[in-house]
Amino acid sequence: MPRLTLKGLSKSYGPVKVVDNVDLTLQEGEFVCLLGPSGCGKTTTLRMIAGFVEPTEGSISMDGEVFSAPGAVLPPERRRMSMIFQSYAIWPNMTVAENVAFGLKLQKLSSADVRDRVAQILKVVQMSHLADRYPAELSGGQQQRVALARAIVVKPAVLLLDEPLSNLDANLREEMRFEIRRLHDEFRITTVYVTHDQSEAMATADRIAVMNAGRIEQVDAPHLIYARPRTRFVAAFIGRTNLLAGHVANGEIGLDGFALPTAQLGEAVPDSARPILLSVRPQSMALHRSRPQAHDGRPVLSAVVAQRTYLGESWDYVVHPQQSGLQLRVTAPPLQVHEVGEAVWLEIDPQQIAVVA
Amino acid sequence: MTETAAILPKAAAEEARRPAWLRRLRYLEPSNLLWILLVAALLFLVAVPIGKLLIVSFEQQGTGAFTLSNYATAYGRARYLEALANSLMLGALSSLLSVIFAVPMAWAVSRTDMPGKGFTWAIVMGAFIMPPYLGAVGWILLAGPNSGFLNQAWTWLTGLQAPLVNVYTFFGLALVIALHSFPLIFIFVKSALDLVSSEMEDAANILGAGTSTAMRKITLPLVWPAILGGIIVVFLETVALFGTPAIIGIPARINVVTTQLWQFFEYPVRVEVAAAYAMPLLLITVGMITVQKLLLARKGFVSQTGKGGERRPIKLGRWRWAVLGYCGFVGALAVVMPLMVLLQASFAKAWGRGLAWSNLTFENYAYLLFRHEMALTSIWNTLWFSAAAATAAVCIAVLVAYIVARKLVPFGSALAFLAMAPFVIPGIVMAIGFYAAYAAPPIALYGTALIIILAFTARFLPIAFANSAAAVRAVHPEMEEAARILGGGRLRTIARITAPLIIRSLIGGWLIVFIVASRELSAAVFLVGPRTRTMAVLLYDLSEAGNFEVLAAFGGLLLALTLILVAIGMKLAGRDFMLRRN
Repeated sequence: MPRLTLKGLSKSYGPVKVVDNVDLTLQEGEFVCLLGPSGCGKTTTLRMIAGFVEPTEGSISMDGEVFSAPGAVLPPERRRMSMIFQSYAIWPNMTVAENVAFGLKLQKLSSADVRDRVAQILKVVQMSHLADRYPAELSGGQQQRVALARAIVVKPAVLLLDEPLSNLDANLREEMRFEIRRLHDEFRITTVYVTHDQSEAMATADRIAVMNAGRIEQVDAPHLIYARPRTRFVAAFIGRTNLLAGHVANGEIGLDGFALPTAQLGEAVPDSARPILLSVRPQSMALHRSRPQAHDGRPVLSAVVAQRTYLGESWDYVVHPQQSGLQLRVTAPPLQVHEVGEAVWLEIDPQQIAVVA
Repeated sequence: MTETAAILPKAAAEEARRPAWLRRLRYLEPSNLLWILLVAALLFLVAVPIGKLLIVSFEQQGTGAFTLSNYATAYGRARYLEALANSLMLGALSSLLSVIFAVPMAWAVSRTDMPGKGFTWAIVMGAFIMPPYLGAVGWILLAGPNSGFLNQAWTWLTGLQAPLVNVYTFFGLALVIALHSFPLIFIFVKSALDLVSSEMEDAANILGAGTSTAMRKITLPLVWPAILGGIIVVFLETVALFGTPAIIGIPARINVVTTQLWQFFEYPVRVEVAAAYAMPLLLITVGMITVQKLLLARKGFVSQTGKGGERRPIKLGRWRWAVLGYCGFVGALAVVMPLMVLLQASFAKAWGRGLAWSNLTFENYAYLLFRHEMALTSIWNTLWFSAAAATAAVCIAVLVAYIVARKLVPFGSALAFLAMAPFVIPGIVMAIGFYAAYAAPPIALYGTALIIILAFTARFLPIAFANSAAAVRAVHPEMEEAARILGGGRLRTIARITAPLIIRSLIGGWLIVFIVASRELSAAVFLVGPRTRTMAVLLYDLSEAGNFEVLAAFGGLLLALTLILVAIGMKLAGRDFMLRRN
């Protein structure tokens, strides 16, 4: 039985539908990220799972028991969940140890048990030496660790995280990203993680649910979300890409100025005449000064460099294939320098092209 | 889509199987019950008295039949209309004087390197906590036409018999009021100036403007809404003030709206006419507060967000001593001189004989504390009325603030509106409303402690509410949600998380209400009975009796009480707890 099930979940505020018919299932021990731009409804979805927001349609159940439905919401305190908030919500009137012990005391554990488990979890998050400090005396990263400890120590059935790293600086964010994943590997708590940062989602999640305008666009493992986006939004939102509109006919995809045989693509394309949208990542193309050997019959086009940006780790070129109105972004290694206006050869790897729609 | 359609019947079945408590939950939100109770309390405290005031103004005395004669009486005599005009002019003059006192001080404290800023703060604080009617008594001792200290000193210096200054004039009255109102403008303007980045002035300097040009063209225009807001508040305070106009104005034969209302309450009480006569006061207040809100809401002044840009004090050079001198001058007028003469008089056998060992006596205090029939009772009344009102106001306020901030009920903002409504009702109007609504049978609260406590509660509810709302807002909702999700119910969360986080602010708010209630005169003077006199009312009675030594001693007692409370407040809630701009 799945641990957590969202069925047809919707939330409207007046005429505005913030969450629109969301279906999502989490197996026990699974780590799922809700990823999307701000205002896409991911936090509202999370707060509905927590029981702070009542759905207007659909239901949320845990272990088969309905927790939320319109008009009937089990209050948050009875859901055996825990949550990490964007503001951390560390209570400033309690020490680190008291913050962590709060949930355990509510479970009516003996004080010896509480002490042991608090000590244990503070060791896990490397905060033992600060147990008697007050939150005001802690750095942002340390507060974050307290929030993690406080949420994990109660052994929740589901752990919810609401943009937990958005208030940290870049280095700390990367560190905490691995910390969160490490804790998940250690405790295997079923987790829903809300973020707008795709690298955060990639680094932590077993599966990513990409949300847009209240709907889930695609749920998949991180590498599939990147390599095989299924909607225009997912393709454009995750990483950078070139979206090419074409037309399937006679075993070929006709694009602006050139054509690709459908057989070369990494996934099957039904051979019926129809329009098609392809996502071509900048990394799946290469630039050459002289015409390369077209191995595996990869398409090679002559092109002109229209624009370039040096990003340190790579060059970002915009090239203009001849006899085509397309502008394509291509990534090249730092030492491969082309001038604007230079004629180059563009090689495309069709295996990495994703059929979006 | 097809999948969703398939599970829908199943979801409906689950709905039916859901445990009973889960289905009942939506009907059992205790906050709804609380909401109803709070609405009832607020209607009783705010809406009914004001509604009754309106109704009564159209009622025939005795019969209750509809009539317009109250308005005809109230506005039918030149003397009554003149009082109205006097009030408006007094308000205008007092606000003007307050601006002259407050703005340079606020600028000096906020923007310059003037020395003695702590001292200036103390002056403002002192002028703020000193009850205005006490300052009025002090100024009678200073500037009474014949025996006032200043005039005696003048005669001694110059040999001239004509008095130098006379407090019993229109200007004297306005000056004494302004000396206790200017802290309001000071607070407004200083907090606005604190938000103006030095870069604003630098930008003017780099284009060729000198310090004074930058101040006139940039800084002052930026804080103009704050100055105007302060002017409006002082104007309204002045128009609604009873104590000072009664103590100085009545002997000087200057009639204003509030003293005229007082005369309508002299036997035989003509509450219907008073209600009709109070209407302009109410309308002016409502209107001007609205104007102020509109002014301050204008977008053109949002540059003072205080973001970015350091703030450097302006170097005044030799001028800094002149500026400090000005602050000291205001301090002497507002606090030091009145306080000294009051203290001297309170320990004097006859205050006119000045400082001399032969003139020293503790008899005035001894008389009040041991032999006066009402003094101790009035102290006790003041303490417990104020404590009860502060407790009630803070309790109602924090509940309303919490319900509104957490959006626990629909139309919560209606509660907030009712809680803030007394802000636009002058205390004297509030008192007449309470008198009209609750003094007579069937409720018959006249002369009881309860009617005073209720009136104080209603009058100071906005202070408590603003304070509580700020306290509740400071607690991030996630603080509570974190406790909820870990298994704490709403009540336990409030007890363990919210209450400890807001309690300090609430104590601060409680003390502010307590302090302002303990010196409140205008609302009390209409509602007290023979056994429910408060210190402020008794002080007013004593001033009518004209025994200035005993009066000063009683003022000394009131001031001592206030100082103790302020000291407690500073200890518990921080130095600026009374001067914070809500």
